[in-house]
Formats: sequence, structure tokens, C-alpha cells
Amino acid sequence: MTPLTGYLLLAALLFAIGLAGALTRRNAILVLIGIELMLNAANLNLIAFWRYGPHPEALTGFMFAIFSIAVAAAEAAVGLGLVIQIYRHAKTTDLDLMNRMKG
Amino acid sequence: MTSTMGFPILSVITALPIVGAAIALFSGKSARVVAVVTSLLALLLSLVVWMHLPADGSIGLIERAQWAPSLGIEYHLGVDGLGALMLVLAAIVTLMSTDAAHRVHLKPNLYFCFVLLLEAGLFGSFTALNFFHWFLFWELSLIPAFFLIKLWGGPNRGRAATQFFVYTMAGSVALLISFLAVFLATGTMDFVDLTQMASTGTLGQMVTAHLGAVMPWLAIGVLAGFAVKVPMMPFHTWLPAAYSEAPSPVTMLLTGAMSKMGVYGLLRIALPLFGHEIAGMRTWLLTLAAVTVVMGAWAAAAQKDLKRIFAYSSVNHLGYCLLGIFALAIPAAGSAMQAHQAAALNGVILQMFNHGITAGALFWFVAMLQERSDGLRGLDDFGGLRKPAPVFAGLMGIALFSSLGLPGLNGFVGEFLIFRGVFPLAWVAATISVLGLLITAAVILTVIQRVFAGPVSEQWKEFPDMHGGERFAMAPVIGLMMLIGLLPQLIVNSVNPTVMNLLSHWRF
Amino acid sequence: MQVTLMTSSHLGPGPLVPWLWLIPALPMIAAGFGALLKQRQRKAAALLAIGSMTASLFIALVAFVYEVKGWASHFPTREVYNFTWFQFGSSGVDLGWVLDPLSAAMALMVTFVGLLIFIYSVGYMAEDENFTRFFCFLSLFGGAMLGVVISNSILLLFMCWEIVGLTSYLLIGFWYHKPSAAAAAKKAFLTTRVGDIFFLLGIVWLFSQTGTLLFYNGGAGSIEAPALAALLQQPAAWGLTAAGAIGLLIFAGAVGKSGQLPLHVWLPDAMEGPTPVSALIHAATMVAAGVYLVARVYPLMAAGAGANGSTVALTVVTWIGAATALFAALIAVAQNDIKRILAYSTVSQLGYMMAGLGIGGVVVGMFHLITHAFFKSLLFMGAGSVIHGCHEEQDVRKMGGLRHEMPKTFLPYAAGMLALSGFPLFFSGFWSKDAILESANHWDPSRVPYFMMVAAAVLTAFYMMRQVSYVFFGKWRGHGHAHESPRVMTGPLAILGFFAVTLGFIGTPAWPWFRAFLENSPLHLEMHAFAESGFWILLATSTVVVGLGLGLGWWLYGNKSPEPEEQDALEKAMPWAWVVLRDKFYIDELYGMTFIAFYKWWARVADWFDRRVWGGAVALVQWVFGLLAQFNRFLDAEIVNGAFDKSCDEIASGGGIVARIQSGRVQAYLRYLALGVVVLAAILIWSSQR
Repeated sequence: MTPLTGYLLLAALLFAIGLAGALTRRNAILVLIGIELMLNAANLNLIAFWRYGPHPEALTGFMFAIFSIAVAAAEAAVGLGLVIQIYRHAKTTDLDLMNRMKG
Repeated sequence: MTSTMGFPILSVITALPIVGAAIALFSGKSARVVAVVTSLLALLLSLVVWMHLPADGSIGLIERAQWAPSLGIEYHLGVDGLGALMLVLAAIVTLMSTDAAHRVHLKPNLYFCFVLLLEAGLFGSFTALNFFHWFLFWELSLIPAFFLIKLWGGPNRGRAATQFFVYTMAGSVALLISFLAVFLATGTMDFVDLTQMASTGTLGQMVTAHLGAVMPWLAIGVLAGFAVKVPMMPFHTWLPAAYSEAPSPVTMLLTGAMSKMGVYGLLRIALPLFGHEIAGMRTWLLTLAAVTVVMGAWAAAAQKDLKRIFAYSSVNHLGYCLLGIFALAIPAAGSAMQAHQAAALNGVILQMFNHGITAGALFWFVAMLQERSDGLRGLDDFGGLRKPAPVFAGLMGIALFSSLGLPGLNGFVGEFLIFRGVFPLAWVAATISVLGLLITAAVILTVIQRVFAGPVSEQWKEFPDMHGGERFAMAPVIGLMMLIGLLPQLIVNSVNPTVMNLLSHWRF
Repeated sequence: MQVTLMTSSHLGPGPLVPWLWLIPALPMIAAGFGALLKQRQRKAAALLAIGSMTASLFIALVAFVYEVKGWASHFPTREVYNFTWFQFGSSGVDLGWVLDPLSAAMALMVTFVGLLIFIYSVGYMAEDENFTRFFCFLSLFGGAMLGVVISNSILLLFMCWEIVGLTSYLLIGFWYHKPSAAAAAKKAFLTTRVGDIFFLLGIVWLFSQTGTLLFYNGGAGSIEAPALAALLQQPAAWGLTAAGAIGLLIFAGAVGKSGQLPLHVWLPDAMEGPTPVSALIHAATMVAAGVYLVARVYPLMAAGAGANGSTVALTVVTWIGAATALFAALIAVAQNDIKRILAYSTVSQLGYMMAGLGIGGVVVGMFHLITHAFFKSLLFMGAGSVIHGCHEEQDVRKMGGLRHEMPKTFLPYAAGMLALSGFPLFFSGFWSKDAILESANHWDPSRVPYFMMVAAAVLTAFYMMRQVSYVFFGKWRGHGHAHESPRVMTGPLAILGFFAVTLGFIGTPAWPWFRAFLENSPLHLEMHAFAESGFWILLATSTVVVGLGLGLGWWLYGNKSPEPEEQDALEKAMPWAWVVLRDKFYIDELYGMTFIAFYKWWARVADWFDRRVWGGAVALVQWVFGLLAQFNRFLDAEIVNGAFDKSCDEIASGGGIVARIQSGRVQAYLRYLALGVVVLAAILIWSSQR
């Protein structure tokens, strides 16, 4: 087993945990946390492929990861803001009750 | 040669009724005054036109302007003796009709607006020298006529108006298709140019080159359009219904002026352009004309309604026009034959004018009868009216005898000239048609006998005679009948040069 | 009016011809003014009519004297004045008038008889409320009739001819409140118009062949030699030349106007009009216009005469004339209306005139026309006087013995009656009728017309005797008292009676003044004509014929005074023949069952044809178009619109299904996303394995 395989397995595990959380939890905060986990699994993959790829000196994967983290942070901020607004409006964070956009 | 006045009189005379119509529409109850004044002015203008005709019978008072040259459309006006005579006739008949229509209670402003629009349509089509322009006014006259029947007519007016409209429209479509084919082949819609082409034979060649051997079909299309309007049997079935259902003043317009559009079209369009083709089917057309003359008169004999009687009698009288027109469609060999053609054509044009005046007057009298009897107009509804209303009986008698063709009154001269021309050109048709004179006489004398003679019944003891206003209005019409009967040269002197000019341009 | 003097006679127009139009124009103008008069202005109306007629008579007299003088000085006596009415093409419609012995004599007769009848009418119509109208119509008639007489253009003649027909119509129907009068007027106009349409065809044929409407135009007229020669070259049908065919067509017009077979039916009915009208129009002048017309166009009919001196056209004229003479005389025997007897007598005498024209030429026919005009108008006016005296009774059986009550009527009437019967030597009818019979006796083609006319002469004497016996002899069988008529009526009778006797002497065989005048030939007194055997044979025949007729009449009816309801003497003898004659050979009924029935039936057919066949065709087209419209609606509503609606519905319901996926639950979306990822991943994995 190469070191890369280990990282990838860990990332896959993280992603699976995050996906499960995002799909199953009803609390919007927990769903956000699940999404963050999936993002970070992706970031882990980026770093791993960069570090064990053919051009580790080029810092490309690193740059990708840094961007991704920045975007994730912004997204989390927006997501949390939305959640807070929804909570203020509906006094709940249960996503199943927030189906006003259904067709 | 053209004679110009430096004043666009033909445009003015066409625009005048349109302006009058607009004014009438907004003048409420006094619309009739507007209409009378407008038609009087139009009559004066038409007489001015009549006075300024070129002496050699060619088309004068020409006005030309670009319109849509790429489509062959041009604003091209002009009249010769034929067109000017029709202008005068249309103006007289309109004036008579507005005179007669003094009992319009339902929306008089709209009524007189339509009447004046109809006059504009007549004027426009009698002055136009471009097909597009002509067709526009030809159709324009139809619309007010339709509404006049539809809104002010008798009990079956809806059906009559629709039949009238659809029938005439169907004819117009045939006409339009034929003309579009001609336009496709020649690229022009100008009557003068087309007549020129036809007289040299190039029109037929061009059409054949472009579209194949369709000239006879085009001729039939054009003839169909006019046959409906005149009408020629068997395309006449709209007429009795329309004439009897329309209010009598409108019937005056229909028979006095609108029916002449058909004959005018035959002379201005059908014969000049399709003379050769018409000469080819002359026998059939003459048969139809003779049938129109004889059966029209005979059908009148079976009617019980005065308006239907006069309607069929109109069919009969216009049948003589058709007879003359189709009889002269034969290649002229020698000066004797040209004399026959000239006689027939002069007769046709005179007959157009005379029938307009006489038939108009007759329907006017029917209108007066209806006014005095709460709308009765059956042949057997009256009797002995000569006793309580001698002046009415006398004047209507003159009009009736004019219709019968009594010498000394206007009807005779036209009929004589037609028979003078037709007999040597088509003696069988003439001999058959002469029967029409006899039957018409029988019909008209029956009318006199039933309406005016016999003992006067209790119901009509107090039948009011014509009052001063009516006598004043009718006197010029009766005077005109006598004047033309005695001095037909008043008309013929201006028409004859036109006849010679027309005949010289026609190729059969 | 553009008046150009186109031609002249051989010597140039005399001073008179250009003014000849005044003869018809004066009465016409009087009629025009008369029409404007009020009903109560009786005196003015009568004065206007009589004054204008007197003026016309004066001019006609001047013209006549002018002609006689011209003839006496051996000048050509025909003068014409022509002008162009209007132009068509390069040829003209020419009108004009002619002054020749024929027109001068006729004009003089018409104005003279007309004037007398006008005067007589003042008395006869005195009680009528439409007195002014009557004189207006009479003047119009006089003008038109004189127009016929002087016309040199066949078109002008036809125009006046038709106006004459109009006035005849107006005057027959003068008592329009009587349905029988109105019907008779209509019948008269239409029957004559049957002839007129043939006449019109003849005119247009003549006009188109010769190029002129004028009779005489200095050699270029339509009945002058060059035109006739050209017409003779033109064959028509049935062995006729164009000249003969045109002549016969024109003759058809004369048949209608002059009441010849088979168009005689209107004339007896025309007696519905006032009696002066019967005298003027239906005895003396208008009905004679047909004879005059034939005399005028005689060159056309006589052109190209064969070896026997006759042509097809003239033969036809002769046979029709002779047949009419006999036929009408037969009917007259069995009539009881005083005016109808005279009417059939008129028809019969017109037949004589026609036959005279056909056999003997213009002079023979015209001579009888002139004499007949005098004695027949006399008889009619006498009958009017009788009717007046008997309180408007017209049935001869309800009169009788009037010679005592009405001597001033009886004497002229007897003179007229003897003249009509052709009583030898002293009465005008003898000379004129014998001229006809004599020429018929020598007619080459056949002698049958001669015998027909001799038989008719017997009948004439017989029915006149019968009538006079009924009216003036025997005892009074009417109601009330008969009275003599006023002087204004008997005066004209006396004057006419004078002429009924004397007028014959202008045409005796020994002194044929009339013939010489008309033919412009020298006149000689030839007493030896009386010495010729032919004359004596004829005289004897005539005497026998007239004597037989008068004697039979007197034997059967004289002084018998049968009661009105009693059977007629002839009826007792020959009931079946009487019925046939009384009912006028059922000609009216025959026409009623054939022509009139056909006319009505065909009118209904025409109407039915119009409504059903032509109207049906239109209805069929309408129905077809309606059907097409229905089909179109079906296409639109069911197929085009249906398909569109269906797909819209499908889309809408499909949208509902899709909308259910859109539950609004975020995590559900995420699940789909995850599922999609899995599917994509699976595809990637499987595809990378291959």
C-alpha cells in the first residue's frame, strides 16, 4: 500500500462520513458540518495527489487547496447566515420543514 | 390630344363625396341636407367635366402621379365621353336617391355617410385608368351598398345583403385573378397601355408566352366579374332579392348607377383587352344576352311585387346593353359593318344612361307609393289611384312609358340604335330579343292597369297626390326623359366621338 | 338642333315644305299646354284643341292647294325637307317631311275630319269631369297622326306611329275606372305592338341595308330606284327578296294598327272608349294609318313585280285584306252593340283598303281610305248621337223608331249607311269600293279575293240594313224618352253627310281626278268610260249585291221591332251559325287559350326557373360551400386544435409529475445528486475497465 492510497482511503472515509451527515441529519447546522467534511475530504485529495504526483515542486495542489478552503469558509459563512435567517424566520433549523421552494 | 384644366377636377370630384360623407357622419339629423348639397355639388362638377371633354373622343382631363411603380400601380385618372356620361349619371342618380330618402329615421347620419361613400366609389371607378385604383373603388362601392341593404332593408335584408355581397365578391375574385395574370405577363396595370397592347395583339402573345394558352380563361374570369354586376343571366339571382329588400332609395342607386359599373367595365376593360377572345365566344354570349332580355322580361311578368317587377325589368333593359356589346364583338369588314358597330355602341351607352334615369325614377315612385300606404307595394294592393292622385299617375305613367321604350321619351333612342346595330350583325339574336320589347310592354301596361285603373277602393279614396316638393323634385327627372327623347344629340354628340375612338382601338 | 337642308326635290324646295312641320306641331303644342290646364278650365282646353286643329287644317289646305296647283302646272309634285337628327359613327339618323299628293290629301282629310270630331266632342263630352284631359289627348293624337302623315323618314313615322298608339291607349282607357275599358286599352296597345315589333325589325333592316331612313332624298332615299335595285339583289327567305321581306315586316305593323287578321281582336274592344274617339281614331284616321303606311312604302312591296304585275308581298297583302273583309263582315252580322257593329265594319272596310292596295295600287286603296274616313266617322258620330239620345244605351235591340225623335241624326246616318253599303252612283262608297272590286276582278293571280269581297259587300249592306232597322225603324223599345242631340253634334254630322255623298265624284271612271292627282298625270274627262261594257257589268253586279244585302236586311228586320229578349231573326234560321258569328269565331278565346295562356305559363316557368334552377344552382353552391366550411371547422376543431390541446394537456400533466420531484427538501435534492454521482462513477468505472 502506497502512502497515497492511505490518504485517499482517509479522504474517501471522510467524504462518506460527511455525505452521510449531510443526507441524514435534519439540523441545518449538522448538514453544513457534513458538507464541510466533504469539502475537506476533497482538499485532502488535492494535497495528496499534489504531494505524490509527478511535479511536487509546482505547488499547484497546494494552491488549489488554499483556494478551496477560502471558498469553503465563505460558503460556510453564507450558509450559516442563511441558516440563522431561516431560524429567525421559522424558529427552527429542521430542513424538512423548509420546503417552500417545492415545485 | 388631351385637354387639361389645370385643376385636378377628377380627384376633386372623387374626394368630394368622401369629405361629404365625413361631414354627414357628424351632423346628426341634418345629414340629409349635407348629402343633398354634396350630391348637388358633385352633379355640377360632373357637368363641368362633361363640358370639358376632348372633342375627338379620346381620354381627357388626365391626372397622373407615381404611386407604387414597382407593382405597376399608378395614380392615373381620365375620362372620355363614356366615363363622363357615367359620372353625370351617377351624380344624378345619387341626387335623386338622397332626395327620395327623406324618411330615414334610423341613424340618418350613418345612412347618408354610406350613400356618399357609394357615390365616391362610383366616381372613383368611372375615372380610374389603372386597374389597382379602379378595383379599389369597385370594391369600395360594395361595402356601403352592403351596409345600406343590411341595416335599412326589408324583412329578409340579411340574406339579401349577404347574397349580394358574396355574389359580387365572387365575381370580383375571378376578375382579380384574371388581372393578376395579365399583370404577371405584362408588368402593367394601366388600361391605356394594356388597350394599346391588345390592339396590336402583343397582349395575347405576352400572356401566352408567360402563362400558356390561358387568354380565353382570363377573358371568362373578367366576364364573370362583370356578368354578375350587370347582371347577365344566369348570374342575376342576387338581384331580385337585393333590389326588393333594399330600401327604395338604395335600390335607385343599385340599379341606376351600380349596375352601370358592370357595363362600363365591359366597355373599358373586357372588350379592349379581351376583344379577340370575346369574339371567339360571341355566339354563346349572344345567347345569354338574348336569354337575359327575354327571360328577364318574362320573369317580371310573373311577379306580384312592384319592386321585383322593376328589378326584373332592369335585368331586361340591361340585357339590351349586353346584346349590343356582344353583337359588335366581331371583326369589322368594311365601313358598313363599322357603321353597325357604331350604332350598337352608341345605343348601348345611351341605354345605360336612359335606364339609369328611368329605373331610378320608377323606384322613386315606388318609394312614394310605400310612403303613402305604410309600405305596401304589391301589384294588387292598389287600384284606381289615378282618380285620387292624377298627377302621381301622370308622372309615373311617363316614367313607365319611358321604360317601355315609347318614342319621344328617352328609352326609345337607345333601344332603336341597339337594334339598328345588332340586327345586321346578329339578326337571330335581335329577332329573339325584340320579343323582350313586347313582353316588357305587357308587364308595364299590367302595372298601369292594376295600380292606376279600375274603380278606386274605399281604402284609397284619400290617397294623397304628389305635393309641391315632390313635384318640384320629380319635374327635372321627367323633363330629362323628354329632353333626351327629343334631343338625343345632347348626349350622342359627345358620346359618338368616344365610340369611334373606342372602336378604333378594339381588336376582335 | 343641327338642321341642315340635305336635299331638295327636283326643283328645290318650295316655300312651304320647310314649314310643313307646323301641321303636326301645332296640335302637339296645344296638347302640351292642355296638359297644364286645370280640370275646370274647360273652355280654354276646347278652344286650344279646336284652334290648333283649325290652324293645322288651314296649313294643310294651303299645302293641298299648292300641290293641286303644282300638279295642274305639270310640275313634279313631291318636295321633301330633310335634316339630320343626330350622328352615330359616320352616318346620321335623318328625319324629314314630305309634301306630295298622298300626304297632302291625307293631311287634309285628317285635319278636316279631326276638326269636325273635335267640335262634336265639345257636345258629346260636355258632362265629363275629365273634359280638359280629353282634349289634351285628342290634340296629342291629332299631332302624332299628322306626324305619321307628313313624315319622310320611316323612323319619324314610327315614332309618331307609336305616339298615336299611346294616345289610342289613353283614349280607349279614358274611362279608366271601368275595368273593361282599362283592359281594352291594354289589349289594343299590346296587340298593335305585336305588329310594331316586326315593323321595328323592318325599319332596322331597311336602315342597315340602304343606309338611310328617308323615303325620298333626291334619288338616295330608301324607296327610290337605286336603293330598291340594291334591295332586289338581296335574297331573303321563301323566295322573297330583301325588299319584299322588309315590306312584309312593315306590313305586319300595318296589320296591327289597321286591325287586319290575325291582329284584329283589339279594334272591337276599343269601342270602350268615348264615341268621338271611336270615330276619330278607330274609324277615320289611326286605323287607316296602317293603310297609309303600306301606301307610303308601296314601292318597296311592288319592287320587282313579276309577269302578272304582282309580288309575293303584295299577294300577301291582298289575301289578308280580302280575308279580313269577309271575316269581319260575317261577325258584324251577329253583333248587337251599335258601336261593335260599326267596329267590325271598320275592320272589314280596312280589309278592302288593304286588298285594294295589294291589287290595284296606291290610288285604289287610298281612295277608299278617304271616302271611308268620311262616312265611317259620320256613322260613328251618328251612333254617338244615338247613344247619347238613348241615355247611354248601346244595345240596338233596345232602340227603335228613332227616325222620328232624331231626324237630324237619321238623315246623315242614312247617307253614311248607304255610302258604306256602296249604294250605286250617288254615294261615295260605291265609287271607291267598285274601284277595288273592279281591279280585283282583273287580278291575275287569283279571282278568289274578288268573290270574297263581293260576298263581304252583300254582308255589309245586310248588316247595315239590320242595324238601321233596329235603331231607326220599328217602334221604340228602350226606356225613357229619346231626344235629339244638340246642334254642336248634329252640325258636324250634316257636313260629313254631305261629303259622304259627294266625295265619290272625285274618283269616277270617267273623271279620275284623284288618280291623276296622286299619280301626277294629266286629267281628262272621259265620258266614254261609262259607255264601256266593263263598267256596266260592274254597275249591275254592284246593284245586285247591294240590293240583295239591303233587301235581305229589310226582309228580316225591317219594321219588325222584335223585343230585346226575343231571338234574332237569323238566330231562328241558323242557330249554330249565329252562335259562332256572335262569339266572333272564338278568336279571342283561341288567343286566350294559346298565346295568353302560353305567356302566363311561360312567365311562371321563367319565374320558377329563376327561383328553382338558377336560384337552386346558387343554393347548391351555397350548400357546397357550407359543407366545405363544416369540414373545415371539423379539421380545425378536431384535428388541428385537438392535437395541440392534447399535447398541451400532456405537457401539463407531465409537469405535475416532474413537480413532485421538486419536493423543496434540500436533502432530497442532495440524494438525487449523490445518486447521480454514484451512477456517473459507476459508468466511469465500467467504461475504464474495458
